[in-house]
Amino acid sequence: MSDCCAPPAAPTVRAAREITIALVGPPNSGKSTLFNRLTGLRQKVANFPGVTVEHHTGRVRVGDADLLLVDLPGIYSLAPRSEDEQVTHDVLAGSMAGVHKPEAILLIMDCTNLGRHLVLAAPILSLGIPTLVILNMVDDLRRRDGEIDPLALAAQLGAPVALISAYTGEGVEQVSAFLEKVAAGKAARKAPVVQLPVLNDIPKCRAWAAQVGHHADYRPPAPPLWTRRLDGVFLHPVIGPLVFVAVVLGVFQTIFSGARPLMDGLQRLVTLSGNWLATVLPDSPLRSLLLEGVWSGVGSVVVFLPQILLLFLFIGVLEDSGYLARAALIADRTMSKFGLQGKSFIPLLSAYACAVPAIMATRTIENKRDRIATILIAPFMTCSARLPVYTLIIAAFIPNKPLLGPLLGGQAVAMLGLYVVGFLAALATARVLKSTILRSGHTPFMLEMPAYRWPTFKSIGLRLIDRSKIFLRRAGTVILTVAVVLWVLAHLPLTNGKAPAIADSLAGTVGRTIEPLIRPLGFNWKIGVGLVSSLAAREVIIGTLGTIYGMEGDAHSVSLQTALHGDLTTGGACALLIFFAFAMQCMSTMAVVRRETGGWKWPAVQFTYMSTLAYVCAFLVNQTVSRL
Amino acid sequence: MQLSFNSDALRLVELRDGETGVLEKMDLPEDVTRRLMELGFLPGHTVTPAHTAPGGDARVFRVDGSEIALRRDTASRLWVRLDPAQSN
Ligand SMILES: Nc1nc2c(ncn2[C@@H]2O[C@H](COP(=O)(O)OP(=O)(O)OP(=O)(O)O)[C@@H](O)[C@H]2O)c(=O)[nH]1
Ligand SMILES: [Mg+2]
Repeated sequence: MSDCCAPPAAPTVRAAREITIALVGPPNSGKSTLFNRLTGLRQKVANFPGVTVEHHTGRVRVGDADLLLVDLPGIYSLAPRSEDEQVTHDVLAGSMAGVHKPEAILLIMDCTNLGRHLVLAAPILSLGIPTLVILNMVDDLRRRDGEIDPLALAAQLGAPVALISAYTGEGVEQVSAFLEKVAAGKAARKAPVVQLPVLNDIPKCRAWAAQVGHHADYRPPAPPLWTRRLDGVFLHPVIGPLVFVAVVLGVFQTIFSGARPLMDGLQRLVTLSGNWLATVLPDSPLRSLLLEGVWSGVGSVVVFLPQILLLFLFIGVLEDSGYLARAALIADRTMSKFGLQGKSFIPLLSAYACAVPAIMATRTIENKRDRIATILIAPFMTCSARLPVYTLIIAAFIPNKPLLGPLLGGQAVAMLGLYVVGFLAALATARVLKSTILRSGHTPFMLEMPAYRWPTFKSIGLRLIDRSKIFLRRAGTVILTVAVVLWVLAHLPLTNGKAPAIADSLAGTVGRTIEPLIRPLGFNWKIGVGLVSSLAAREVIIGTLGTIYGMEGDAHSVSLQTALHGDLTTGGACALLIFFAFAMQCMSTMAVVRRETGGWKWPAVQFTYMSTLAYVCAFLVNQTVSRL
Repeated sequence: MQLSFNSDALRLVELRDGETGVLEKMDLPEDVTRRLMELGFLPGHTVTPAHTAPGGDARVFRVDGSEIALRRDTASRLWVRLDPAQSN
């Protein structure tokens, strides 16, 4: 807080100092859940270790003081092994740029596994920073018949202890009380009653934790029976894979046909409102801009919202239930054949939503070269921005023959095929990378399996709301801008005050300039314009085509799907699908790769490789299909 | 620890379903050993194999109140003594 921007008439108390408080604890202990509860923010919470991979700050005002809470990645000790653990380490050491060294710590532990989690208390308490020891998940402890005496534990540790449930909110007022003390500067450190063990000796630390737990009457809870039962099914040698396949097929069918009615409804709404606008607006350039640019462009993207939400619903259930860690376990064998390990599978799965958070999530991979390899292959996974493009082209070109009765249609299978193609391209690339430039001795795969939990309506609902906001914001910014720019370019240069035919406009000229290059792939200049615009973000191509076809007249009677059908051959359509499966058309991904790898080298390699692959494969597909 | 390390020792991978072992020794690079200890694989603690990944290599082990998945090649570097009291 710089003084220069304080208002001149501010009373002296406004010069409040800002106190930094760090949330520290083992992975998956509920740090982000508590952080969200205290700050009212919505950091990502999910049921597997390694969800938070960077530091996030949030402000809480207590009395006169501004408290800056810092949510951190989970750690097992103060000896970091991966980038995410390094972040926590740096913040605690005060060496993280932009974050002051914390003046107090909230140490969050899962009290259903206190013996092991208390091991972390030894190094944290020995930092000498005022610390509140938080025993989280008391709801779970009680349900499974465990017990702990927090006051006795506090006496043992020489630090205040709060028994809470970050999830239900029980006991959180004790945390607030501690924050008030910190704000008032009254949270002093007491010397621990039990001598802290030698920190580097983990067996000694564990023995110390056991002793402390014993004096605090800790009774560990009964084993999580349901988790064992469910694992008996999900990890069963025969049933497990069957369940896996059934779930995947079900997801594709639902995303493809389940979202249809909603999408059709939205489409009708867009069309109706467009028609209404057409009747009320006087004939003017503005009318044309609104109808052809905004309504046809942005509208054609917005209709895909239900489908994207459905995808996120499935990903949410996967992440919140705890199945994701099992999926990583099942995938480990396959991943190892391609030179990677099961831990790489977690970022890759989240890349089905979006490559940007997936690339962040690779921070949990200990081995640097494994991490780079995972970053390089993540954009091959079918992200949600490709989903609308696939849906549109498949719906226009692939017949929906029922394959398994009404359960599975041809279009859903085509969609599944594209997802598989992306995954295989990722694996093949990993194989090449890991046996050439990124060869490395392997790091052992060690992954903690969380207990299964019910995904809650609230958590999933909040995610869907956040996701809708992001999607609509993109539609209202990137896609809207592209649509408007495109509309302008499509109306220039004016000859005698009249717009040219779209093929002769500036936009058309751009398209026709690159047409010779893309003709062998089966694309005409309109698709070319779409491809250029989709460099901003993949789904922009839909808005662009919407605008172009919208301007070609007869706009509102012909749907985008029909217009596309008339404009592409089947070979060209298949080539376009393959092109989108492989090409790196996403600025945000490039930016995050640059940041995470510390330079332009890897993003440049990635862009060149993916574009070349996309071009060559699209060429082959077009040539093959059009000769059939 | 050296003394008690005798011919009874077997590799963690050799434990069958329903058997429990007491961890004796880890034969891995120091940083890996350290992380395994942080995850609960401490000498003297019991380790029980649970589910194996379908068709797979990695296996889940119950140790110190948690379930941790390890690959065969890692588990073959951990030596345990059969715990007759808890195996059946
Ligand atoms: N039953 C119960 N579940 C909780 C509680 N607090 C958190 N959880 C659940 O525990 C899981 C992990 O929560 P997070 O807040 O993501 O944990 P974290 O410590 O931030 O995890 P990392 O970021 O991976 O280190 C989620 O599924 C939460 O819903 C609690 O008090 N009771
Ligand atoms: Mg977190």
